Amino acid sequence: MNSKLSNKISYQIPVGPIHPALKEPVQFEFTIEGEKIIDVDVGLGHVHRSVEWAGTKRNPIQILYLAERICGICSYCHPMAFSLAVERAAEIDVPERAQYIRVIHQELERICSHVLWAGVAAHEIGFDSVLFLTWQIREKALDLTEYLTGNRVTKGITMIGGVRRDITKDMYPTILEGMKFFKDNFEKIRKIFLDDKTFKLRSQNCGILTKENALKLCACGPTTRASGVKKDVRVDQPYFAFGDLDFDYITPDIITGEVNGDVYDRIIVRLLEVKEAVDLIEQCLDKMPAGDILSEKKPAKILSTLKKVNGEGIGRMEAPRGEVFHYVKLNGNESPHHWKVRAPTYNNILPWIPMLKGNQIADIPIVAASTDPCMSCTNRVAIIDNGKKYQLDKQQLYELSVKKTRRLMK
Amino acid sequence: MKNDYLSPDQIVKSLKDEFKTKIFDSRIEKHIRGLKKTEFYHIWLKSDRNIIKDIVRHLIKLEKYPHFAVSSGYDMGEKIELVYHFSIYYGLKGKEVNINITVELPKSDPTIDTITDLIPGALISEQEKQEMLGIKVKNIPKDSRVFISEDYPEDTYPWRKDEKGPEKTIRNLHEVKK
Repeated sequence: MNSKLSNKISYQIPVGPIHPALKEPVQFEFTIEGEKIIDVDVGLGHVHRSVEWAGTKRNPIQILYLAERICGICSYCHPMAFSLAVERAAEIDVPERAQYIRVIHQELERICSHVLWAGVAAHEIGFDSVLFLTWQIREKALDLTEYLTGNRVTKGITMIGGVRRDITKDMYPTILEGMKFFKDNFEKIRKIFLDDKTFKLRSQNCGILTKENALKLCACGPTTRASGVKKDVRVDQPYFAFGDLDFDYITPDIITGEVNGDVYDRIIVRLLEVKEAVDLIEQCLDKMPAGDILSEKKPAKILSTLKKVNGEGIGRMEAPRGEVFHYVKLNGNESPHHWKVRAPTYNNILPWIPMLKGNQIADIPIVAASTDPCMSCTNRVAIIDNGKKYQLDKQQLYELSVKKTRRLMK
Repeated sequence: MKNDYLSPDQIVKSLKDEFKTKIFDSRIEKHIRGLKKTEFYHIWLKSDRNIIKDIVRHLIKLEKYPHFAVSSGYDMGEKIELVYHFSIYYGLKGKEVNINITVELPKSDPTIDTITDLIPGALISEQEKQEMLGIKVKNIPKDSRVFISEDYPEDTYPWRKDEKGPEKTIRNLHEVKK
């Protein structure tokens, strides 16, 4: 990997296990020629916590709370995908009202996650004022989450066969007020991210993922939709109450009329999805039928039913970052025989390789951040130069990125 | 191209016609959701492990790039079972069908062909099955560990439930004198 057939000398740079873009560990090994990246290798597993194995030592209701702790941002999607898989294995029907409430929580999580991502992306290219602005908006989404579930991060709202808390009529004004707040702020954010000259210079034609690569590497979520692939579990297999609601695939050509698959397109897709999420929540409040929120109120009864089940099921959901996939096999014991968790980033790792090739070192933070990876971040980069080793820490890498932005602004 | 698609029954039939007795079992799960009673389907198949590649080729005929979500795998005592989760007809609004294919690998010869030459996105999933279950994927392009660190003992596989399982690497804190 060291020497390519070229008259330029290539270097190898390991980045990570602590990552430049997000605050979670992953390891990259870049082969570079000058400033240009010519090859990338990705190393994973630095935060493997054996969650799947631990799940086979617990009962399904305990797993809900374990699943919630897989990821702090997708703390609704994982337990919900798990409970979808269990419901399918055990053939439990979920009341319609619960299906609508499940949609509301999912879309609220999407708003939280995308707005958080927008702030991180701005930070990576040196726009810290935008980071504060977007996270101020996210604060409202967190407040709303707290109002609806009682918690801000690990929501504890999921239950096999429904949800744990109802959304009553007297809660509507607060929710609608929150939605109005997001709509009022949307234009401001749109203008910053899509019209600002420097943002465009940093994100257009940078980190391109072609449609073919997106399809071949099975990418999912906004990463694949920004490359023009119409893959969205909500539309493809309308679980919960998505079949009743009016919405569509979001691809960047809605705004620009063309698909490039670059970082800019990924920003467009996420922004439009926030708008769509607000709309979906309003539709849900409008159409929500009366009825129960749980198919069985007593957890002990659910557990005793599940103990007798012999079967398997899959749970698929469109999490903010893409398709989350859980497989559960129950074999008549208290705990499941097997539980497989597939988070969206699992599929969005291989697409990093074509995205990063040909870009500059200073683009690493924003390209890596553009898929919204959910694993972890870089504290240091070591550059090995003919056996002489020197290190770039996270601060220096970040400064390189900021400098590039400043250079472009001149 | 996207206008012609097969119904779940037709998909199962087309697979059974092509592979005959090598498909042991099939089941179609119908899901109905919401007030409008929207329907979608999951197909479950059991097949011979030697035809997994041919099945993928068959799926490619139906959809140029079948979506490969992940593969699951578990220990069933005498054998290891892998479940490949594919889906086709995405982008067709509600027509997407999940196809889950279970294959059995005997522990005496736990090998299976790679599908990465047909679906490059399956790489991490196949590497993970190798390190977690101790199976061997033939012709895998990158034969290294992904999630487990290099200093983890050889010949110990976290998802095994037999003597090769992780039990000896687990330390219960209450048993350790401190």
